[in-house]
Amino acid sequence: MSVVTVQLGQCGNQVGQEFFNVLCNDSSNAKDKHYKDCSHERFFREGPSQDLRARAVLIDMEPKVISQTIAKAVKSDKWRYGEKSHFCQKQGSGNNWANGFSVHGPKHEEVVQDLVRKEVEQCDRLTGILTMMSLAGGTGSGMGTYITQCLRDTYPHTSILNHVTWPYNTGEVIVQNYNSILTLSHLYQFSDAILVHENDAVHKICAQLMNIKHISFNDVNKVIAHHLGSTLQPVYSTSSSCYSRNPIGEFMSSLVNHPEYKLLSVRNIPQMSSTSLAYSVFHWPSLLKHLRQMLIANARMEEGIDWAVRARSVSISDKGRTTREPGFNKSLANLLILRGKDVSGAEIGGFKDPALYVPWLPVESAFSSWSSSVPFSGYEKSATLVSNSQSLLAPLNNMVGKAWNMFASRAYIHQYMKFAISEEDFLDSFTVLEQVISSYSQL
Amino acid sequence: MTQSIVVQVGQCGNQVGCRFWDLALREHAHVNKKGIYDEALSSFFRNIDTRKNDGGASQITGGKISTLKARAVLVDMEEGVVNEILQGPLREVFDSTQLITDVSGSGNNWAVGHWTYGSAYRDQIVEQVRRAAEHCDCLQCFFLIHSMGGGTGSGLGTYVLKLLEEEFPEVYRIVTSVYPSAEDDVITSPYNSILAMRELTEHADCVLPVENQSLVDIVNKIRHMAHSGKGVSAIKKDCTVISSQGGVSGVEKPFDGMNNIVANLLLNITSSARFEGSLNMDLNEITMNLVPFPRLHYLVSSLTPLYTLADVNIPTRRLDQMFSDAFSKEHQLMRADPKHSLYLACALMVRGNVQVSDLRRNIERLKPTLPFVSWNQEGWKTGMCSVPPVGHTHALLALANNTCVRPTFMDLRERFGKLYRKKAHLHHYLQVEGMEQACFTEALSSLSSLIEEYSQLDATKGICMPDTSRLSIAT
Repeated sequence: MSVVTVQLGQCGNQVGQEFFNVLCNDSSNAKDKHYKDCSHERFFREGPSQDLRARAVLIDMEPKVISQTIAKAVKSDKWRYGEKSHFCQKQGSGNNWANGFSVHGPKHEEVVQDLVRKEVEQCDRLTGILTMMSLAGGTGSGMGTYITQCLRDTYPHTSILNHVTWPYNTGEVIVQNYNSILTLSHLYQFSDAILVHENDAVHKICAQLMNIKHISFNDVNKVIAHHLGSTLQPVYSTSSSCYSRNPIGEFMSSLVNHPEYKLLSVRNIPQMSSTSLAYSVFHWPSLLKHLRQMLIANARMEEGIDWAVRARSVSISDKGRTTREPGFNKSLANLLILRGKDVSGAEIGGFKDPALYVPWLPVESAFSSWSSSVPFSGYEKSATLVSNSQSLLAPLNNMVGKAWNMFASRAYIHQYMKFAISEEDFLDSFTVLEQVISSYSQL
Repeated sequence: MTQSIVVQVGQCGNQVGCRFWDLALREHAHVNKKGIYDEALSSFFRNIDTRKNDGGASQITGGKISTLKARAVLVDMEEGVVNEILQGPLREVFDSTQLITDVSGSGNNWAVGHWTYGSAYRDQIVEQVRRAAEHCDCLQCFFLIHSMGGGTGSGLGTYVLKLLEEEFPEVYRIVTSVYPSAEDDVITSPYNSILAMRELTEHADCVLPVENQSLVDIVNKIRHMAHSGKGVSAIKKDCTVISSQGGVSGVEKPFDGMNNIVANLLLNITSSARFEGSLNMDLNEITMNLVPFPRLHYLVSSLTPLYTLADVNIPTRRLDQMFSDAFSKEHQLMRADPKHSLYLACALMVRGNVQVSDLRRNIERLKPTLPFVSWNQEGWKTGMCSVPPVGHTHALLALANNTCVRPTFMDLRERFGKLYRKKAHLHHYLQVEGMEQACFTEALSSLSSLIEEYSQLDATKGICMPDTSRLSIAT
């Protein structure tokens, strides 16, 4: 069972390249042959000289990033992209979502569909499509949205997971909030799930956990790739005593049990620089205790967690009124993935606590766990938690608020109108996302 | 990769243009050691096989550099400057088909440049530009370089701008306009500037105004520092922004220092479109991010480091200084104080050895000191290009859409008023065919409404605007 990845725009291509690097390094170093084979079959195919070729399609509207990405893969000397599985044009979308969505998308739909189809035809069985893009720019966000829509039509029964990189709060692209709300509101209608990585959160991980002084985009992308790899590498299924065959499908059914709720976030523990890793010893109870509190207190890393936050949705104040527990991040669903030594002995009961979840879903359908005894990427033990929770509510609310403020003055709207996106389109997007915000806040 | 065409009009436009071509060649020679005609070079140069005598039609797409030709159209209504170019060391990069000249000049009269020469040379200009465009496989942008005060640059330059819009509506038009000093020796420069301003406001995608006086000040300050001995250790003469060393032109001419600054502005603004980087910033992203309303497209630029030059090992503090300097009055290419006016949007384009964490740290540090318009509190755009300018390890170009352009415009309007009230020199303009009194009044009201738009935004500075109440939905 294989996954076809579609990398779109500068960010999507750079993250994608790191993603395949992580996958390839991890599986090539794995001692378990089944794990290795399963991972290879999932993400790579065999090239002409029995080398590894990523099951990926690279799309960008300008050539610089694509050629860099392809060259970097070749340089790894372990895997590469397919000879003809990329498509680029000469002129980028200029940070304009409308340009990507209304112009480049429709114009190049056929070529892109063709590239994806060729990749799909080389899979014995397709389990899902993973798209990678940023929310902020023009090509990834605008064209990525359009292409997702096309893929949805062509592959109605295949799961589509959209991985999106959420821009820094400040200072990447000025119209990033517009581009982001247009992307999210459209994706919400036809994606199965939207997996989010926030640049700000990842940047902090680089600074505080990885101890990197001068953080580059490469460092940020490596952390994202690590999270994605630890989520999507093979896991062992005890029921059928083999490596699970349908990762994306099972991923969706574990996490997205209601169409109103599709925003997923990832937490991973432990993460540290390779120098500290060599001197560290990990224990499951401590790792899981931290991870659980990271979930409850909505922290993205094990440093600086607020231990005072408790998993209670309501607390009775002294006047007898019920109030929400401040800072508590309520979940709709969680998927816990454990990798490494002694996984079978790890105690995961803490994640089955009904207080973590909404009352209208039984815990059995809200929580699932996967495990594999193969250590991931050099970590003797590691745990990844993918959550459908209120975690992204604040950033989303913040983003919609800023976009709305800008929209109220009609700033920059003329740039979108040039490419057939009207004020009504904006209003529709705002409506969709206000609905999402309202749904998540009522959990 | 996309290509751009430079259209340089008038004496000033051509002099600045030449400094640009010289320094562009120097920059590419510095980066491109193997002499291969690469994508980066192709953005401003064609590679021609001169052995084939077909008028330069045979382009070489890959391989070795043979003969480089600038993607440029040179227009001047007198022959002096262009002839000088043709006799100088840069003659190789142009051929005669790229030049349009006349002999008599526009006599510092916008109307002569715009209407008389405009209609006389229209077809020829369109033809030349079209030919240059045919040599591009993806033409993205026109860079128009001209001055505002004279007759040809100002009058014919803005006529060309209109032509470009008519003939190539899809191609971006970025205009570098050199504004006259208050003590300009051209008496009619306020007329010319204001007549030209209206065309810029209506037909350009964005304008990079550069004030002559600021360039004079910067050059004087650098020369002063170099001569007084102060900071000698910090200044390597051969790599300041005013230096031409390493270019093909040997002898420095009087205005070269000033023109080099503008040339560096153009090199930096296009660097991310030419070279690779971890966060590319293409030319079409400039207007998208920095122009919230179509008419308010005047971008104030600043270059750093300007006065001191860093050594190879830069302490963090020095790098941070570069970011602070970009917002100081002394580093603006206009006499303006962005820090005490209102920002609508701001772009930071860094080159060289700068990481995203350096950018983030500095934005966080500077943000509280800079007033931004209420609906764009996070109005920062960043670009990162890995290739630094020649002689530097890193450099920064800041572009700001800021209400600080207003004083310069108001000043111009006042000087215009002084002449216009007395109807001084008006008859010289009105006798030109195509020119009417209405041109003056319309240009004036266009400028006044532009000033008014900036004023209204500026007035919101410091006032705490409540967030607009959000869209409510039925739950």
